[in-house]
Amino acid sequence: MLDRKYSRVLYIDLTNKRFYKEDRHDLFEKYIGGAGVAIQLLKENCPQGIDAFDPQNPIIFAVGPLNGLFPLASKTVAMFKSPHTGNLGESHAGGRSAVAIRMAGYGAIVIKGKSERPCYIAIHDGKVFFRDATTLWGNKSSISAGHFIRENEPSTGFRTIIRIGHAGERLIPFACVATETYRHFGRLGLGAVFGSKNLKAVVVSGKRSLPVFDTNQYNKVYDEIFKSATESALMKKYHEIGTPVNVASLNISNGLPTRNLKQSSFEKADKISGEAIAEGFLGKRLACAHCPVACIHIAAIREPYSDEPYFYKTTMIGYDYELIYALGSMLGGSDVPGMLMLIDKIEYAGLDCMTTGVVFAWMTEAFERGIITEKETMGVIPKWGDYKSYQEALRLLLEQPNDFYLALSKGVRHVASIYGGKDFALSFGGNEMPGYHTGPSAHVGYLIGARHSHLDNAGYSVDKKLLSSSEITAQEIASLIVSEEKWRQILSSLVICFFAREIYKPEVVLRALQTTGFNLSQEELTSISKEILKEKYAFKIREGFSFDNLEIPERIFQTPSSAGFINKDFFMQTLNSAKEIIQKDIMS
Amino acid sequence: MRLEVIDADKCVGCQSCMFACTRIHKDAGLSKTCIKVRSAGGMERGFMVVTCIACYDPPCARACPEDALIVRESGGVNLNKSKCTGCGNCVKSCIVKAVFWDDDNNKPLICRYCGYCAKYCPYGVIELKGDKKDMKGADNNVG
Repeated sequence: MLDRKYSRVLYIDLTNKRFYKEDRHDLFEKYIGGAGVAIQLLKENCPQGIDAFDPQNPIIFAVGPLNGLFPLASKTVAMFKSPHTGNLGESHAGGRSAVAIRMAGYGAIVIKGKSERPCYIAIHDGKVFFRDATTLWGNKSSISAGHFIRENEPSTGFRTIIRIGHAGERLIPFACVATETYRHFGRLGLGAVFGSKNLKAVVVSGKRSLPVFDTNQYNKVYDEIFKSATESALMKKYHEIGTPVNVASLNISNGLPTRNLKQSSFEKADKISGEAIAEGFLGKRLACAHCPVACIHIAAIREPYSDEPYFYKTTMIGYDYELIYALGSMLGGSDVPGMLMLIDKIEYAGLDCMTTGVVFAWMTEAFERGIITEKETMGVIPKWGDYKSYQEALRLLLEQPNDFYLALSKGVRHVASIYGGKDFALSFGGNEMPGYHTGPSAHVGYLIGARHSHLDNAGYSVDKKLLSSSEITAQEIASLIVSEEKWRQILSSLVICFFAREIYKPEVVLRALQTTGFNLSQEELTSISKEILKEKYAFKIREGFSFDNLEIPERIFQTPSSAGFINKDFFMQTLNSAKEIIQKDIMS
Repeated sequence: MRLEVIDADKCVGCQSCMFACTRIHKDAGLSKTCIKVRSAGGMERGFMVVTCIACYDPPCARACPEDALIVRESGGVNLNKSKCTGCGNCVKSCIVKAVFWDDDNNKPLICRYCGYCAKYCPYGVIELKGDKKDMKGADNNVG
């Protein structure tokens, strides 16, 4: 039998300020938790074809049976209909969100409706409070909403504060949601869905006991995982230089998208490498709750005030590989303080940094080609590496004072459909590209992946195999991508940080699950993984996804990748194979 | 024995110590933790590690109307659960906020100075210091 409070779903109705709890062991027993349960709750609660800003669009947060029990089980899955792509929105974040939700006594939270005026929700154990947030709404002062909420709520150390910025309030479809300042439900616009509900934040706290079925076995598996995470070389790369360690290696292999992917290596990559930033700016390292690895890297930037001598401020800015890609190489920028200050401004506004970087990269190239002029940009001259111009563009992107910025604020697919430049609009299913131009597999993954994120598919690692073996066929690539994607449905149902996927091998997962009351075999796990993936594709297809009308930006074929120039025929073969495998093996 | 915070600036906020403390009390989750890592006003400002500092003249013992908290020779207290009525005066008396509460049993959670948490700190933030001769009775503190 499962932990009774784990299989509990908290439903919150913002329109009527009501809440109720339901035991959904039917879902948790069948689909484990996290992504597996979230897709079911989305199917149940999101009517077909609704607008993402319809009050009926549910926000679903789900955790898994390993959260709160095992190290690196640190993620929460969010599901919703995405305002950015108009399709399945799935985004994962760590911080303290997963532990807090589990400790408050819930496996999932479903938020529906729309509050009459701005509010935030405080969930403390079994109680739910609807707090007025009119004071926080529209606040652009340097004191963030997080500060006020922190002061206003109890349970410091045992809570998460999940909140949006100004961009979410303004319904910019790629607005993100931040948790504990430095972690984000970054992609696909959850921030705008919050905004559409007049929901500024969700605070969750709790500190309960979790039942385990065999304490000795639990401690044994715990220690094994803890040891792998802290002592083996496995996690060292995330711990020391962090994800930016990839800048140098991707640059050497022609996998680092540069200047809107006009290039795939950056002549100034050594200035923005993980090593260079760590040496010059790293101020602190942080961890998500229950993760001893501490991959979160924070730079300290000291700036003088221009109007008074000996007066400085120090800003602590989080950076990751994807941010350095999107706001560094993609914008041709090597001025690290300039890049970090831009990251800070974007995060403060509450936009997704990755999408914003790709949007600015498209804007810069479109300007270079004369597709847009100063008339459209209102005097801003976007120039590779010129962070002043991007700061100015950001201000206008948030304000949208003319049609161009309004179009730009809807992403590159939308703006290119009006102004042209589709060939170099790096959008995959409406979502801007992540930072891996490693070969055909990565791009196939972005196109068909269940949530359009680099972490959701194995494309990047399959491309590595491609490098070492030229014998690999399109079908083999497709099969590797789909089979890894299946397994990741399990990881995202537990919910494990994907960085720990080398630790949480199937055998470890089965033993860890056993201590929580799930007695599953390898075969059962495989069949659940297939079922979850099937349900996700079913939702995507229900909302208009089709393998047959995928838009592929020509640019990916024009710039060499880590696996050389991507052959279009081979790429299409891979895509077709993936379609066949999904239709035959997953959907049947 | 006493638990010392060697360098809170090295703390990454992973809270592995809090989970370890709950596990040593034969539980899982965070319900039984006697140590707390909280942000010092947002993650950007780093962390505060809240632990019992084992006072030599502990206010918690003086605040207890039932004499349920017995002062140890080397500082800190042991809890005599059968005397404790769950009034919570000890919590209020501790200005470092290191007396935690066990909601399941309605009694305080008192650090037993075992150092199990320190074993799970990968960064050397906390350390157990002193000798083990005065550990007697500490096992009863929680759970």
